[in-house]
Amino acid sequence: MFGVELSMIWAVLIALAVFLYVALDGFDLGVGILFPFAKDSRERDHMQAAIAPVWDGNETWLVLGGGGLFAAFPKAYAALMPALYMPITLMLLALIFRGVAFEFRHHGRKTGKKWWTVAFSGGSIAAAASQGLVLGGFIQGVNVVDGGFVGGPLDWLTPFSLLVAASLVAGYALLGAAWLVFKTEGELFERARSWVKRLAILSALGMAGVSLATLSVDPRVTERWGITMTSIDWPTFAALAPLPIVAGALVFLLWRDADLRRHSQPYLYSVALFLVGYVGLAVSLWPYIVPFQMTPAEAAAADNALALMLWGAIPMLPVILGYTAYVYWLFRAKVTDEAAYH
Amino acid sequence: MEFDALLLSRLQFAFTIGFHIIFPAFTIGLASFLAVLEGLWLKTKKPVYRNLYLFWVKIFALSFGMGVVSGVVMSYQLGTNWSVFSAQVGSVIGPLFAYEVLTAFFLEASFLGIMLFGWKRVGPKLHFFATCMVAIGTLMSAFWILAANSWMQTPHGFAFANDGTMVATDFVQVIFNPSMPIRFVHMVLAAYLTTAMVVAGASAFTLLTKKAVAESGTALRMGVLMMAIVAPLQIAAGHESGKVAHEYQPAKVAAMEGWWETRTQQPTLLFGWPDEQAETTHAAIGIPGMGSWFVAGDVNAELEGLKAFPKEDRPPVWLTFWAFRIMVAMGLAMVALGVWGAVVWALKRIDRATLYHRALVLAAPSGFVAVLAGWISAEVGRQPYVVYGVLRTVDAVSPVAAGAVATSLLFFIIVYAIVFSAGALYILRLMAKGPETEERAPEDASEPPGSPLATGVASASAKEG
Repeated sequence: MFGVELSMIWAVLIALAVFLYVALDGFDLGVGILFPFAKDSRERDHMQAAIAPVWDGNETWLVLGGGGLFAAFPKAYAALMPALYMPITLMLLALIFRGVAFEFRHHGRKTGKKWWTVAFSGGSIAAAASQGLVLGGFIQGVNVVDGGFVGGPLDWLTPFSLLVAASLVAGYALLGAAWLVFKTEGELFERARSWVKRLAILSALGMAGVSLATLSVDPRVTERWGITMTSIDWPTFAALAPLPIVAGALVFLLWRDADLRRHSQPYLYSVALFLVGYVGLAVSLWPYIVPFQMTPAEAAAADNALALMLWGAIPMLPVILGYTAYVYWLFRAKVTDEAAYH
Repeated sequence: MEFDALLLSRLQFAFTIGFHIIFPAFTIGLASFLAVLEGLWLKTKKPVYRNLYLFWVKIFALSFGMGVVSGVVMSYQLGTNWSVFSAQVGSVIGPLFAYEVLTAFFLEASFLGIMLFGWKRVGPKLHFFATCMVAIGTLMSAFWILAANSWMQTPHGFAFANDGTMVATDFVQVIFNPSMPIRFVHMVLAAYLTTAMVVAGASAFTLLTKKAVAESGTALRMGVLMMAIVAPLQIAAGHESGKVAHEYQPAKVAAMEGWWETRTQQPTLLFGWPDEQAETTHAAIGIPGMGSWFVAGDVNAELEGLKAFPKEDRPPVWLTFWAFRIMVAMGLAMVALGVWGAVVWALKRIDRATLYHRALVLAAPSGFVAVLAGWISAEVGRQPYVVYGVLRTVDAVSPVAAGAVATSLLFFIIVYAIVFSAGALYILRLMAKGPETEERAPEDASEPPGSPLATGVASASAKEG
């Protein structure tokens, strides 16, 4: 269809869904990660109000990511999920806690509210960290023979996956802080600004660390970038050098615009920073959907299944993006002081 | 029995989906109920409908949230625990799940934000539109998930590819497989009944405590009306579903009925104790010939018993048999309560029928019991296959360590126990309080429906430490 392999179209669509998930649910997980740093209960109410109408839609991109992987690339789904059994399960459990906490926090009385505040924050942190472990375990590759996972239950647990997890927690916190800059005013806005500045530095360090570590997970990655810890192959690296340069520039702009008290730019720059990291990752792993084991074509469902889904996705995705944008526009106003309860 | 990864994965799947199913079963009906309430409010401008809407939307928000988070689990568990199944059938039923996300989940999730937080932010018509979109989303979701599940019961329109995986030869046959239409109807009616029982039970409770009499009386009538119409329809739908099951899954029907011998005049057993070792049903009390008449429309029809199938192809009989009986008993109780309600209504005594109100309070959870029991008899009855007649459950499990599955199962049980208890507590607390005559609409996103200020609970000032 359209002269392109269907499996490649679906690989791009699922990559897009995962990126939208990270950019959107990333900020509401990030707000949960920042909960412990809020001044008081009322400030936490403001923070939660800034994400309450949209979090459910944001999380749906994760369902599209998982369901889409199952439907479009069942062999990749079957190889990856058992390999990442424990971090996936941890993520699901964490998402349960923080998801119900949105409602439960307002229904609990004194101890109940305290407990669901902790559950919301702890669940957000654990969900972000386990997504980092999943990502780390994915990048470093899984042990697959004849399409089935043959490794051990703890294969995903390595210094590399821990580094990715820590970096992703910082990155989501950055998205959350930048979202709060966009959605709040007054004292919380000032606090969120200072969070953005610190988290921009922390996220930059995390990204740099993960990028360097990724070079050593497989010789094919090293070859693609032309970099090892002790040598640089300039002609190869020059073609890809814009990525780290743009990332550096974005970190600077992010820091500066938070300093200049701008409202919407920090979030947009944070998303751009994630996009650069995402493109860098795609460059490293191309053309694998299960790193170093399966390409999209090898993992894909039958062509008639992919075609049927595409006929659904072509009209539905623009509609979904349309009403999602409408809901965001509807709830675009700052969370105001009188709206929160006293 | 050895606790290997297979058994643990089955327990985990049964536990997590059993927990999940009760929330959609409730929210499918509740979303439609809310759409009706809001439509009546827009049309008649009677405050009683507005108050009822704003009251039940709080319970909807709590239930829907629990349904969402327990549902996300399902979309990953197919891969973590049933990876061989996923790889085998992905090309056939994968697209059905994809369509569910594209046509239902985003619709529900996005318009839920407007439904819960947009009362003062958008016009009444747009808010009504949002409620309708959420209601339609829940029904679309049920359509796709029932299509996928029914395909696993009565697989059609597929073939095997060269690599041994299944591919669809005709997606219309995959989606509209033989058991799909009637099982979809059966499930939606079950959801509507579940909601009707809860609405009627909660309203009866507030009437017994003499709270919000106008609102409770109206909601009670709506619940009873639904019950009186839908409960008999559901019996008919269940009957049709049983006939389809008998045509395509005769071993399942034999297990549900506790039949061992192939014979004419199969009975309908009211009681019995199926024994798989002795291949008989002990202490069977039944009506001879009624089973044959129900399933085949003829008391003298010869129908297969379990002995007609090799032992390795039979489902677990005891569980299938008893789950089926519990479901039918609940259904008959609902029919009876519907008739009783119609009678007291006709006699103009429905607001004062204390005994009837007590019975409704007692029967409030009957829909949940029936849904769970029906689901158990359908899915256990499908065993030993995951895709009936094609793929055995034993061949579908992931290559994961038993220890990992045991750990995850333990944590799912702990987490679900906490979340379920808290959710049930908050919902029951709201129900005990009942609707207000001056139900307040939430002002903003920081004040979700059900928050202390919105509900006027005195603990609004309660702050965490």
